[in-house]
Amino acid sequence: MAEQVLTELRTTHAEATGLRSIATDFSSDRQAFRNVSWGKAMMWIFLLSDTFVFSCFLISYMTARMSTTVPWPNPSEVFALTIAGRSLPLILIAIMTFVLISSSGTMAMAVNFGYRRDRKKTAALMLVTALLGATFVGMQAFEWTKLIHEGVRPWGNPWGAAQFGSSFFMITGFHGTHVSIGVLFLLVIARKVWRGDYDHERRGFFTSRKGRYESVEIMGLYWHFVDLVWVFIFAFFYLW
Amino acid sequence: MAHSATHAQGQQHPIKLYLMVWAWLFILSACSYFVDYFQLQGLLRYSLIILFMLLKAGLIVAVFMHMAWERLSLVYAILVPISAVLVFVAIMVLESDYTLLSRIAFFGPGP
Repeated sequence: MAEQVLTELRTTHAEATGLRSIATDFSSDRQAFRNVSWGKAMMWIFLLSDTFVFSCFLISYMTARMSTTVPWPNPSEVFALTIAGRSLPLILIAIMTFVLISSSGTMAMAVNFGYRRDRKKTAALMLVTALLGATFVGMQAFEWTKLIHEGVRPWGNPWGAAQFGSSFFMITGFHGTHVSIGVLFLLVIARKVWRGDYDHERRGFFTSRKGRYESVEIMGLYWHFVDLVWVFIFAFFYLW
Repeated sequence: MAHSATHAQGQQHPIKLYLMVWAWLFILSACSYFVDYFQLQGLLRYSLIILFMLLKAGLIVAVFMHMAWERLSLVYAILVPISAVLVFVAIMVLESDYTLLSRIAFFGPGP
């Protein structure tokens, strides 16, 4: 009898849609995010907090740029590269964008193959993702070197408003750090996939929880977030 | 709730969907690069930058991060707090206008 009541309760929960489903989920007096594992929910909440961190950077950059009386350096010229005698605006940044988007694509495919329990393809695609991520960081290091040689410092630069340098190093530096940590994270998870941890539910060294292919998706969430942040940096810092 | 049933074994979608989104992200990135390459200026430039940015962000969050298939309570718990950022932006726009005005008034060249 009690069981029957429980199943009935469950069906009424499942039937609620739209805003009402949110109300029933949050008032259900138990796990609010039903069907969402704690790992995934925690990654989303971490990403939300990270969104605020990057928002604060971009907002402080906006404030600096809007309130300075000195003209802002033109990013189109600052980040131009001369290739084969032709000056191309923002070309390195465009290539970096394509590299990061490609890495996001391979990561999405890795998550997909993970849920199909295709161990080898998942690991291979994650390694490709890590390689593209490392390429991105490498190009960023090149960009930093070039700008530092041209005299960009956090306290000044040859072209205009002094805040350009501090905003640039702060925002791209933090993003590059995220990419670098993501590459390490990718390599750790790819190794676990390759070893078959998620096929054999081998317990984790740190958490002692059974390995599941969902870890690949959680890793993917972080990686896509890094790409997402770049979309905003590209729009507001490089193109604006 | 068809999607909660599939969710039990994880997110499963055809590879074609990911390739489509990937291609669109390439196209949109190329478009935003050409905004700079052709040196579009003024309102057109800013609206195109914002448009391509939002489309890209939407595709990444909805498809790559599977937000489109997540439970609505998770979607709202993550997306609604982000609106606070917009309020912060509005506050800082007013603040920086004020700062700029006082800088011009007090540090600008004399009359």
